[in-house]
Amino acid sequence: MKAHLTRRYILSASHRLHAPALSEEANQATYGKCNNPHGHGHNYAVEVTVSGPVNEETGMVCNLADLDEAVERTVLERFDHQNLNTLAEFETLVPTTENLTQLIYNILKLSFSSAHLERVRIEETLNNSFEYADGANLRHR
Amino acid sequence: MIYLTRKCEFSASHYYHNPQWTEDENRRVFGKCANLNGHGHNYTLEVTVKGEVDPTTGFVVDLKQLKEILNREVVDAMDHRHLNKEVPEFAAKVPTAENLAIAIWQRLAGKLQVAKLHRVRLYEMPDLFVDFYGEA
Repeated sequence: MKAHLTRRYILSASHRLHAPALSEEANQATYGKCNNPHGHGHNYAVEVTVSGPVNEETGMVCNLADLDEAVERTVLERFDHQNLNTLAEFETLVPTTENLTQLIYNILKLSFSSAHLERVRIEETLNNSFEYADGANLRHR
Repeated sequence: MIYLTRKCEFSASHYYHNPQWTEDENRRVFGKCANLNGHGHNYTLEVTVKGEVDPTTGFVVDLKQLKEILNREVVDAMDHRHLNKEVPEFAAKVPTAENLAIAIWQRLAGKLQVAKLHRVRLYEMPDLFVDFYGEA
């Protein structure tokens, strides 16, 4: 039987939202406080949902240790306690949480293959969250 | 169609062990969860049902009834119990969060009179949960 498993990870990082194609005024108008040249930070909560048939022998969709290892190695080690704007991935990409969510989804799609990657959801603050499933319909209640 | 979610909590102990495997294999696959003395969790269960709103009552489901079903089928059967030893589904099945969500679905499905079961979400810990939608 098919089940969905979701694991939540925390990563802390700073960013500044600034689009080089826009004027100073337009950046200020678009991004407001997030355009502060010195940047600011968040504790991002990253929820990774995977799915698949529950293995008869183990009772698991996938071994949690494998998922933790992939996320630790390819996501947390890369982004935790970093200034996102200084990373190669964001050299030409504004480090909005929309972009971060898609990036992390694409990274995990490559680094984790023990179960199907359903979606990545990131809470930037308690009030804002973002979800990406690469075109698949998100399953809301 | 409207969706309603009811939450309840229970605390239970369990261990992971596949009798077909050697101790080493159990330890390798299940890690700390293979400790045969068991360990426990505070589980949080969210049950979502769906249906049309009854024009007379304004309810999609009678919450009192849903609460009774949850208490009888889940809380009374599992709270402060050892899943491997006291819940029949796990006599020969590993009580992972996945299998527990499926077992809870099977206990609830068919018991609801008006609304339909949509999702069972079971939190084993605040950072780990399983969703089951009744899919084969």
